Amino acid sequence: MADEVSTNPPQLRVVLAKLGFDGHDRGIKIVARILRDAGMEVIYLGLRQSYKNVVNAVEQEDADAIGLSMHNASHMTLAPKMVAALAEAGLEVPVVVGGIVPDEDIEPLLEKGVAAILGPGASAEEVAQTIRDAVASMRAETSQA
Amino acid sequence: MSDPAPDQARAAWQEAYDSTKLRDVPFETMSGVPVDALYGEGPYPGQYPYTRGLHAAGYRSRLWTMRMFAGFGTAEDTNARFKELLRSGGGGLSTAFDMPTLMGRDSDHDWALGEVGHCGVAVDTLADMEDLFADIDLSSVSTSMTINGPAAMIMAMYIAVGENTGVERAQLAGTIQNDILKEYQAQKEYIFPPRPSMRIITDMMKFTSAEMPKWHPISISGYHIREAGSNAAQELAFTLANGFAYVEAAVASGLDVDDFAPRLSFFFNSHSDFFEEIGKFRAARRIWARWMKERYGAKDPKSMMMKFHTQTAGVSLTAQQAEINIGRVAIQALAGALGGTQSLHTDAYDEAMALPTENAARIALRTQQIVAHETGVTNVIDPLGGAPFVEWMTDEMERRAEEVFAHLLDIGNDSILEGAYAGIENGYFVGEIADAAYRFEREVNEGKRIIVGVNEFTEGDDGERNLLRIGAEVEDYQLKRLNGVKQRRDGDAVTRVLERLKTEAADPEINLMPTMIEAVKTFATEGEIVAALEEEFGTYVEKVFL
Repeated sequence: MADEVSTNPPQLRVVLAKLGFDGHDRGIKIVARILRDAGMEVIYLGLRQSYKNVVNAVEQEDADAIGLSMHNASHMTLAPKMVAALAEAGLEVPVVVGGIVPDEDIEPLLEKGVAAILGPGASAEEVAQTIRDAVASMRAETSQA
Repeated sequence: MSDPAPDQARAAWQEAYDSTKLRDVPFETMSGVPVDALYGEGPYPGQYPYTRGLHAAGYRSRLWTMRMFAGFGTAEDTNARFKELLRSGGGGLSTAFDMPTLMGRDSDHDWALGEVGHCGVAVDTLADMEDLFADIDLSSVSTSMTINGPAAMIMAMYIAVGENTGVERAQLAGTIQNDILKEYQAQKEYIFPPRPSMRIITDMMKFTSAEMPKWHPISISGYHIREAGSNAAQELAFTLANGFAYVEAAVASGLDVDDFAPRLSFFFNSHSDFFEEIGKFRAARRIWARWMKERYGAKDPKSMMMKFHTQTAGVSLTAQQAEINIGRVAIQALAGALGGTQSLHTDAYDEAMALPTENAARIALRTQQIVAHETGVTNVIDPLGGAPFVEWMTDEMERRAEEVFAHLLDIGNDSILEGAYAGIENGYFVGEIADAAYRFEREVNEGKRIIVGVNEFTEGDDGERNLLRIGAEVEDYQLKRLNGVKQRRDGDAVTRVLERLKTEAADPEINLMPTMIEAVKTFATEGEIVAALEEEFGTYVEKVFL
């Protein structure tokens, strides 16, 4: 594979997970299929994941991005902790949060290092493009550093 | 067919209707035109298989119960909202618990941070339950509690609150959701694996059959199956199948079907496709009646009569132009009424993004009051019965549900209960639900299905959202409270009762409820009781299906 010259960009690998107690998995399963349809490789870890599980999966799968789904109003607590756990592990992987995030929480989450937030009504194209953009800007930042 | 001749059936209905006390309102149109109680043919309301309703007089005798789900922050906050709802004409209390409580974990659990009091009230110990129902006479209200995994502990706490305030358990009226099968299938708030969970549920059914005649130990819920993404026919089929599974489990544990089936109740979603929803409700009653009579040998008509609660579809609410949700809720409420629901919760328009504000919750209650008192639909029993499209839709919903039952009997060796276990194990339910959810999403995304304000008619969203926020102080308060209770209680008594509970859990012949009640009275926490039981029962981990 390594010797093949491909004109296609390499397939993005995305880890999807739900942290903590929240069991609303309708959205994340739809997102998984949307990303798969958009040509990405999706590793869905399932419900009730710990930060450590997610970090391990990102390392093992060499993931390009993480998608977290949050429907329990706990995004302000859990999402920044996930970002911190990745930084602690030395991983530079963007975290995209999807689900129910009130408008006024968006800016604080971005300031705390969340790459992007996808709310209800986002189209399939927006979902896939948001992941691609998050990966691209993380790579740009990393190469500058 | 052993049905009585049509004219006999009509006469029997008339007799039942005539002997029913009616509401003291004029049954006439707004213009003063008198309307009959019933139009069309049998099977008549109040007669098997109850397609047209459970009672001969329908809403002419009694409207549905307007039961609004509430709960946020501390037990005291929720207690205040309960009293407000009772004052403003709500007929029953309905309780939402926060995520840690629903998962059987205490407020000081590692994962609880950021969740305490957020989506409902936090209950760790009996002390919280006492605050929740403070100054409310439990002998005069009916309480619905939406909790599943740790339902036995919460029911034990409710019993203990009653006894501590001089209300005997036999007087307690209400419903606890306690429908664990749909947790594995849709809502995902499980604790133990399916089989030990079913043992706890059969213990609760036995206990309430013997000691709590006014208590509904289980509310078999399609609501969450629908919210998770199923279509209407799947909601109907999975819910009814779960109902049959509980019946089979209870009968296998030695109960007679007529001893518990009259107290089973159901809970459905009412979504926006008006006639499909009405067909679903009517089919649900008919299927239940037929299966209970023909397959499970019920003799008591009450065992065949499906009572259900309805809630409008939370998942249909849009964050965009949130006020237009009031229109959706009104239509969905109307479908619930025309489907003959026994009780109804109407969603607040601002619920797509957060728990409802008080004003939005009041508008939601007013919306169903408009349906009940202004539209005239309550003047005629099953007013759509006999309409060709409605009857066809009812038949079609039933036919699609029967296909699912046949599949479950097939994978369950002629047992719906075993079919439910098998379908949980092999991903059948979650797969069907995820497929349906994805299909719907694609249709919206491709513009084949219009959602007003989302993919069409999007002008006019001012972005204004007045959301209810739960502050971190709720968490601090609850943690302090939990600590205080732990310090004041007799720790040795807690240890002893939990040891006994563990021993009893290992013996399926012992009913766990009496020791559970003793345990909550020692102020053992919900999380401690769950942990003790997990040692014996194990913890369920879902296999990932995409």
